[in-house]
Amino acid sequence: MAAYVIRRLIQSALILLGVSFITFFLLFVLPADPVRQIAGRSATADTVENIRQQLGLDKPFVVQYARYLRAVVQGDMGRSYLQKTEVAELIWSRLPATLLLMLGAIVCELVLGLTMGIAAALWRGRAVDQALMMTSFVTVSAPQFVVSLLLLYVFAVKLSWFPIGGYGTFAHLVLPAVTLGILGSGWYSRMMRSSMIDVLRADYIRTARAKGLTRARVVLRHALPNAILPVIAMIGIDIGIFMGGIVVVESVFGWPGIGQLAWQAIQRVDIPIIMGVTLVSATAIVIGNLLADLVAPFIDPRIKLR
Amino acid sequence: MQKLLASTALMLTLALPVAAQDYTPDPAAKAGGSITVTYKDDVATLDPAIGYDWQNWSMIKSLFDGLMDYTPGTTELRPGLAESYEISEDGLVYTFKLRAGVKFHNGREMTAEDVKYSLDRVTNPETQSPGAGFFGAIAGFENAGAAGLSGVEVVDAATVKITLSRPDATFLHVMALNFASVVPKEAVDAAGPDFGKKPVGTGAFKLAEWTLGQRLVFGKNADYWRAGVPFLDSVVFEVGQEPVVALLRLQNGEVDVPGDGIPPAKFMEVMGDPAQAERVVQGGQLHTGYITLNVTMAPFDKLEVRKAVNMAVNKERITQIINGRAVPANQPLPPSMPGYTEGYAGYAYDPEAAKALLAEAGLADGFETELYVMNTDPNPRIAQAIQQDLAAIGITANIQNLASANVIEAGGAGTAPMIWSGGMAWIADFPDASNFYGPILGCAGAGEGGWNWSKFCDEGLDAKAVEADSMFDPAKSAERLKLWSDVYTGVMEQAPWVPVFNEERYTMKSPRMGGEDALYVDPVSIPVNYDYVWVTE
Repeated sequence: MAAYVIRRLIQSALILLGVSFITFFLLFVLPADPVRQIAGRSATADTVENIRQQLGLDKPFVVQYARYLRAVVQGDMGRSYLQKTEVAELIWSRLPATLLLMLGAIVCELVLGLTMGIAAALWRGRAVDQALMMTSFVTVSAPQFVVSLLLLYVFAVKLSWFPIGGYGTFAHLVLPAVTLGILGSGWYSRMMRSSMIDVLRADYIRTARAKGLTRARVVLRHALPNAILPVIAMIGIDIGIFMGGIVVVESVFGWPGIGQLAWQAIQRVDIPIIMGVTLVSATAIVIGNLLADLVAPFIDPRIKLR
Repeated sequence: MQKLLASTALMLTLALPVAAQDYTPDPAAKAGGSITVTYKDDVATLDPAIGYDWQNWSMIKSLFDGLMDYTPGTTELRPGLAESYEISEDGLVYTFKLRAGVKFHNGREMTAEDVKYSLDRVTNPETQSPGAGFFGAIAGFENAGAAGLSGVEVVDAATVKITLSRPDATFLHVMALNFASVVPKEAVDAAGPDFGKKPVGTGAFKLAEWTLGQRLVFGKNADYWRAGVPFLDSVVFEVGQEPVVALLRLQNGEVDVPGDGIPPAKFMEVMGDPAQAERVVQGGQLHTGYITLNVTMAPFDKLEVRKAVNMAVNKERITQIINGRAVPANQPLPPSMPGYTEGYAGYAYDPEAAKALLAEAGLADGFETELYVMNTDPNPRIAQAIQQDLAAIGITANIQNLASANVIEAGGAGTAPMIWSGGMAWIADFPDASNFYGPILGCAGAGEGGWNWSKFCDEGLDAKAVEADSMFDPAKSAERLKLWSDVYTGVMEQAPWVPVFNEERYTMKSPRMGGEDALYVDPVSIPVNYDYVWVTE
């Protein structure tokens, strides 16, 4: 177990190194000059050159990357080009909002997705199943931008049940979490359905039914704990999908998380922020996957870590 | 003081009394209350030496003051922290007399030392100020560094003397730029690189709270040196709000001013509803949207071709695309800018004449080229209209739809034959005719990376521009504006641009907001002049 964890941690470090290199390289070859963004329109050629030198952006790629890497390893992610604030502070101040949104979304998609999946499996092949699977198909493919605005318009503007965007109370959390949750629930319902169908076919379920247990008891106590295993493992992987989703959802709902930060930074070629958010999200994804793998043997003793 | 006493008659005539041109705030205005302003993007730095986007520009204006300022709602200069100033006969020495009893937000009194420190700081390369170049006329600018500017001298605690190396008619405007704001050294030293987050100035408001990525609160500066203002107790800026969402919240009574304006997609709906339309203030702005034609690339190196493109573009139709939120343009300067040439006809829409000009250039069968455009609405739609207009005279323009940073890069590198400037168009830094020339049409901006995307460089016109800017004497201002008018008509004769339209500004406000309309379309403070607006409840 310890050896496994150490090996995985080394792998994770290599993955992060790769991610940092690729991102840094892409930003370097991007045909957009960050210095132009900082200097603005009226800056003279001297001013532009001065800013380039001060930021070390006149150095070759390898030097810039090595400098960045050395600083990051020492815990310094640099300062935003435009806001001049430390990237670590910018990310740190926004991280709680993103984690809260993610937690809300996971709860939402598990409740929705598992319920739908179980129902579809129990009434397999019937109208209920078809309707639910059609729904999941729609939610998986619906653009988040549209879903966000739709929910916002109906539940916040027309019905006034929730505030129109913003952050602070539980009511603010509901709509963005549901938006992300609805989209994720499609995946979970499909996984839950197929997993449940497999389990319901198993001999021990037939035995349980034959013992005379109620259908509800068999489903909840015997089938569900086994059917849910592959679904649990998916939560870790889900973090990666979330990282994509939060960029849109946070922007629409005015949710002050790191997705919104990244989106603004990308538009302004604020390289230190883009790098910082990328590394933090990549770390979250890597850790999420690692935890999912580590937890798996405890849920399902058949899984062995090697 | 010896030099001061040696003042000439000219200097005395230029020494302006303050009261004569001051602004009388609305007598009906009520003090108190708070307003909420929303923005999509997070606020960048509030350091006046560094902040340079239209969002933090007016915020910084309310936190800091410079020696000069503008009368609210207008483009007229008025003294700020300077009580009066004198200009020497040769136009090279400006002597500013400071107001007494002005205090920084930290309670300390502002002195001439602070003025010198602030100008030294903004021009020091280590500060990395994007606006350092504006101060190029101050003596010693070339050697600016930790030692400071030799041209800025502290005469006594209330007097600063600034010596220029060349006369600069725009110098008082430069002293009204945010970059020239006066900052206290001890606060800058204490905050270090975080001064932009912990700003300390002399302005009408002080920063009370800043929750990164969520909101900023400006609290009233009770000790503000201008009597009677500001009216508001506080201004709350909520960031991270999509413009569409901000509009919905305004309709709901939660927001007073949507800082990003009315979203294009909602414009017709808002203007079609009388209840909402009456809360929209319309005004001009110092903006021109244009197409650049790269004069160094064939076939735009031919004057006939550039003229033909000017005649081919149907500007009326393009203004319709943006719901008439602009007026068609025929010259680089916008109509509200002093120096605009009234009655100038420019190139009228005439596709037939355009075809004839192309034939004259030996391109009767047209040619293929590329039109670069920023990828946010409505710019791609405008580019398509331009594309159709050009197709009508035989030019095939392929649209390159890119992020603004990429368009700016291509423009600066000189690899883009044509660029529609929308979304990145020129908005004046200060209300003076010269500001539309140097960086975007002059030789200085035509180099690699410069903002002169036409790469147009006419040394004769450049010389005229220099001449105009050396006419510092206000008595000659009409003559100077005539010269600028000649420069811009001279530019149009060579047609490196197709001036397309001048955007109008539309600011929406909540029903409870008061103050004259001019404060809501203030040419210098966008979206509103926070120091002078007020609320009814």
